[in-house]
Amino acid sequence: MAHGPPAVELEDLRKTYGNLVVLDRLTMRVAAGGVHALLGPNGAGKTTTVRILATLTRPDSGTARVAGHDVLRQRRQVRRAISLAGQHAALDDGQTGVENLTMLARLAGLSPSAARQRAAALLERFDLVEAAGRRVRTYSGGMRRRLDLAASLVGTPSVVFLDEPTTGLDPRSRQGLWEVIGDLARAGVTVLLTTQYLEEADRLADRITVLHQGRLAAEGTATELKQRFGAQRLELVWRDAVAFEQAAQRLGDRVTHRDPARRELSVTTDGSAPDVRRLLDDLDPDQHGVVRFTVREATLDDVFLTLTGRPTGAPQEVANV
Amino acid sequence: MSELAVRGTQTAVMISRCVRLSRRNVDALLTSLVLPVLLMLLFVYLFGGAIETGSAYVTYVVPGVLLLCAGFGAAGTAVSVTTDLTEGMIERLRTMDVGATSILAGHVVASVARNLVATTLVLAVAVAIGFRPAVAPLRWLAAAGLLVLFVLAVSWLSAAFGLLARTPEAASGYTFLVMFLPYPSSAFVPVETMPRWVRGFAEHQPVTPVIESLRGLLLDTPVGSAPAHALAWFLGILALGVVLSAVLFRRRVA
Repeated sequence: MAHGPPAVELEDLRKTYGNLVVLDRLTMRVAAGGVHALLGPNGAGKTTTVRILATLTRPDSGTARVAGHDVLRQRRQVRRAISLAGQHAALDDGQTGVENLTMLARLAGLSPSAARQRAAALLERFDLVEAAGRRVRTYSGGMRRRLDLAASLVGTPSVVFLDEPTTGLDPRSRQGLWEVIGDLARAGVTVLLTTQYLEEADRLADRITVLHQGRLAAEGTATELKQRFGAQRLELVWRDAVAFEQAAQRLGDRVTHRDPARRELSVTTDGSAPDVRRLLDDLDPDQHGVVRFTVREATLDDVFLTLTGRPTGAPQEVANV
Repeated sequence: MSELAVRGTQTAVMISRCVRLSRRNVDALLTSLVLPVLLMLLFVYLFGGAIETGSAYVTYVVPGVLLLCAGFGAAGTAVSVTTDLTEGMIERLRTMDVGATSILAGHVVASVARNLVATTLVLAVAVAIGFRPAVAPLRWLAAAGLLVLFVLAVSWLSAAFGLLARTPEAASGYTFLVMFLPYPSSAFVPVETMPRWVRGFAEHQPVTPVIESLRGLLLDTPVGSAPAHALAWFLGILALGVVLSAVLFRRRVA
């Protein structure tokens, strides 16, 4: 792990668009090194946070520092330390992969020969050697994202922001991109990525910050969050309304979902057979209350339900605000 | 590296990028060539017979067509700037600390290069259908210089419009507006034939002195004060375009 200042420090950050409060006094810290995920539904303020950190949007109030530099007063130093890959791969369709990378490497201050070497190395690393000489227009979605990620590394940044890097990708491309992001972190770069997918955060991130309506809703390692919110949930359907009500009363706080119409209650589980068996014995000692059970992967909705007491009904975020 | 050297390199890289993209954008390139040539043929062969200008109509109309071609092509800068904005390229460049001037200069210089090639080709077609300019190298050079200034000024102003437009389609609408500016001028018919209110506009709008200058310079006839007016207009528009786009860039991209 790298030492020195934290990669990102936010304090009391506030941003509004008209009446819409996007960030509501957000305070958070990201230590240098590793992958940190900003998890939240559309409209939670993820993109706005990343844009403020990448010096593209000004906050209304509060402070934001990246690698020890203030994003407003030391914009240039921040820009030298960071790179951003956004939701839309910002590449020239009319240039080839190698032309795009060489151009960006030159802009990042490399000499012509160093830029060519850097482009070649990145193409190799992102498995794009064969496509290097083709115009980006002909690339698949996954190839574009990989090139975009490669492009964000031309200047050897110490903090990389990835705004929903895998949204819209097919499962195989997503898998490939995950590997690349993991490699990045192992190479010593701090990665701050935003995502709507719990699975992605779980898979990649050392630490996760859950955002909800512009506020920090929870923070911790994947394991910590899972212990709190349950990696999976056990859905139990009860024989009749009486059994349902009794069970609901007995379980109290442990219920994460309840659906009286279907006589269904959910509790968290780690999904293992011993845990499910123990829960069933525990919840239904007479063995005739539960008629059916299902084990489901916890979704972001579950986390949110637990965190906020209501589903993720936040208004849709306008893309890129 | 010094600050200036860094900015210089970035500008050079941005210019070569835009030139390369222009060269490969065959559709836009063809439109900016075919449209003026078609218009020229239309005016010379369909309308020209009915228009009385005191000389062969092709001789009268070519400077106007050259200007139309250059103006339309230069206005295309708006589309390329808006495209860069909406596709996130400008944001990527900003996070890499590439200056606004470098980014916009790339588009403007590529526009000048593109339009010099286009006007040369249009001129060649004009000669093929009977345009006979006078042989006066210095005057040619002056005409070329004026045309470059015109393209430069329209390109910078277009870059500013590109920074205002929300979509490339909106920016493209603006290019058609620019294309119509030469019509109420002395480009296609003498202003004396126009109704008084149009004539007032035509005589005093910025395009007219440029056309009068080009006509005089290419045909080796007296130009009077037209070049001075043209210079004043387009140096002013150039300054306006540079300042306006700097302000708009800051406002839009922060």
